[in-house]
Amino acid sequence: MTVAAAERSRTVQWIGATAVGAAILAAVLIAWKGSELLLDATANGLSLGAIYALLALGFVIIFKATQVVNFAHGAIAALGAFFVAYFATVLNFPGRLATGLPAWLQWSLSVVVAVFVIAFAGLVIERVTIRPMVGEPLFAIAMVTIGLDIVVRTVTVDFIGADPRPLGDPWAASTRELGSVTVADTEIVTFFAALVLVAAVAWFFRSKTGVAMRATAFDQEAARAQGISVGRIFAISWMIGAALAGIAGVFSSLFPRAATGVGPTTAFFAFRAFPAIILGGLDSIVGAVVGGFAIGLAESFAGAYFTWSGLGSGFAGIVPYLVMLLVLLIRPYGLFGTEEIRRV
Amino acid sequence: MRGRPNLYVSYEAEQSLLPTWTQRIAATLVVLVLVLIPLGGGLEVGESSFRPLGFLADADWLKILTQVGIFAVAALGLNILTGVAGQVSLGHAFFMAIGAYTAAVLGGEVGAEGFFGPRWGMGLPIWIWLPAAGIIAALIGMLVAPTAVRVRGLYLAFVTLGLVFIGEWAYRTFVSITGGSQSGREFPGFEIRLWKEETPLLDLTRDGPSWLVVNWVDWLLGPWINFPDEMSEEAKTFLFVLILAVVFVVLAKNLQRTRIGRSFMAIRDRDIAAEIMGVGDAKAKLQAFAISSFYAGVAGALFAAFVGRLIPESFNLFLSVQVLAMILIGGAGTVAGTLLGSSFVILLPRLVRDFSSWLTETVEEGSGVLAWVGDFFVSTGQDDWGLVSTASGLTPGLSVAQLNAVLYGALIIVFLIFEPLGLYGIWIRIRNYWKGWPFTY
Repeated sequence: MTVAAAERSRTVQWIGATAVGAAILAAVLIAWKGSELLLDATANGLSLGAIYALLALGFVIIFKATQVVNFAHGAIAALGAFFVAYFATVLNFPGRLATGLPAWLQWSLSVVVAVFVIAFAGLVIERVTIRPMVGEPLFAIAMVTIGLDIVVRTVTVDFIGADPRPLGDPWAASTRELGSVTVADTEIVTFFAALVLVAAVAWFFRSKTGVAMRATAFDQEAARAQGISVGRIFAISWMIGAALAGIAGVFSSLFPRAATGVGPTTAFFAFRAFPAIILGGLDSIVGAVVGGFAIGLAESFAGAYFTWSGLGSGFAGIVPYLVMLLVLLIRPYGLFGTEEIRRV
Repeated sequence: MRGRPNLYVSYEAEQSLLPTWTQRIAATLVVLVLVLIPLGGGLEVGESSFRPLGFLADADWLKILTQVGIFAVAALGLNILTGVAGQVSLGHAFFMAIGAYTAAVLGGEVGAEGFFGPRWGMGLPIWIWLPAAGIIAALIGMLVAPTAVRVRGLYLAFVTLGLVFIGEWAYRTFVSITGGSQSGREFPGFEIRLWKEETPLLDLTRDGPSWLVVNWVDWLLGPWINFPDEMSEEAKTFLFVLILAVVFVVLAKNLQRTRIGRSFMAIRDRDIAAEIMGVGDAKAKLQAFAISSFYAGVAGALFAAFVGRLIPESFNLFLSVQVLAMILIGGAGTVAGTLLGSSFVILLPRLVRDFSSWLTETVEEGSGVLAWVGDFFVSTGQDDWGLVSTASGLTPGLSVAQLNAVLYGALIIVFLIFEPLGLYGIWIRIRNYWKGWPFTY
């Protein structure tokens, strides 16, 4: 058997084992508390996982292309959500410019504008704080992003003001019945928007710039020798990463996740996506998506099934970290991450 | 110039704690000044009094200086783990919390009732709860250490980040220990009750007669120098923390000269090479985590006892980042840098507050170029835009606390980009400049 075929059969085995495991888990859970709760938790977990997947995706793109661990990702997400809140509710410019359009399109327009702004912010951050650090130890650059996290988060909280800001989305708290499950409209939007964005990123990696980015991720010097502008790739990856973070920040400030919109705790919501990143492996795009959904489902199931009062409030919120610790002890480089080969 | 600098003729000379006379004199002066501060910022010799540091002796400044001492202990601990052993940790706040709550359970009031029900407290004296805080934190640190062997580099930063968040949930849940979210609990005060259960032998929590040590010094030097007969609570607490901090500084400095300290540095610089030379990877990391957590635990207990009442939310990620900022701004891996960094980070809020309120006053008086320039920085009302606002209520601009946070972050970035060795690196540069003066090298 060739190496590729062996790899393929191993992948099939993995998928099969996961499917069997999931089926057994589902059977046990149905036997315990009925199928309704299971479907409910699954729907909730998928939409939560979609947000985590978006956050993880942006993070991994930045890490893959520039080797920077971006601790400021959550802060950037919160800033993006703030921009949407500001454009859609305070300035109301899509409403003024595009009066004839339906409400959801108007709102999407303000999201698009905000995404461009946040992408530009990502570009500025890269130029001012990350570019001077090229060639420094990875640890030092990660520390820079910790400083960046404080700065961006504090400024965002100051922008937001004393009270959380509603994002002015047209769905608000409306829900609909899908079979026996009640799902919020925003959850459906989140899930499909995430699918579209993941597909767009997958397509992007097949485009010319995307291939250049993959080459840069593989070996910066060799990529330069092929005529790829590594600096430009850095800038583009930060723009894409910040844009994805901003969109994820928007969805994390909508109805089922946050009752009142973007507030001081939005950035900490994004911190819960770090376990998703670690679970999938820092440098794996597939891992980011799988990890995101896995962590989202795990958190949602923990919230639905671990209701014993002795666990206190917010136990579901730390389940991602517990899963992360467990996975790291078994596979130190995450599920899909490349193992670092250490040479003497 | 006496002799030749950096020429050592014996290993003892090179390995000594303070190798040069400049360092010896500087260290002595610093300790002397710090001891003089709680005595009123100076001395009274015969009839005349000489108090050049009198302004530091008021309760406000003494409290800030006490905090510097406490955070210096915390930062020294993180420095051992991150600066010397090279293991990135964002979980220092977690270990500080372990220390604080160990102190609370062991030293807390017996049978106290809180908002969420009874609180655990055993009423034990300080000489039990303070070391115990360190030891329990060290044990928890040793539990975390094996993950550092398995999980390397930046993955470890995420694991320790997870600790902080898991900790936050734990503080919310175990209300009989922590007092519960937003409510908090009382922590035992600094009182030493050796063999006297009811009346403390030495009570640092209220004003009163000066300390035993000072009495002894008074007996020795009394004929010439008048020491204060009474000392304030703040002054006594400061002296106590100062003595502890000096002990921890000497320990940290000594650690770097021992086999254990050198094994930490070997692991930091190249773990595989270190293993080949016979330095145990797992052993060194276990030791590093244990020692670092011990420091953190003691610092956490001191901090909690010093503040008196803390809500569990105080031990959040920002506390971790604050301690990390201390060693990064000061200069990672160096004891002197860590001390500089912790002084800087703790003093910064006070300086920012004083400066911004001074600037606000100048702007409001409204005359001269300074007021005009200052107006760009200060927002004094609803409609006035500026970087920082000292007015109450919702005004444009950052509040003073927010400005502090932004400054921490910005300083971390600026130092890492321009001076990775931190304040210590700046000092080294100045020193090297004057060493060769008037030549450039």
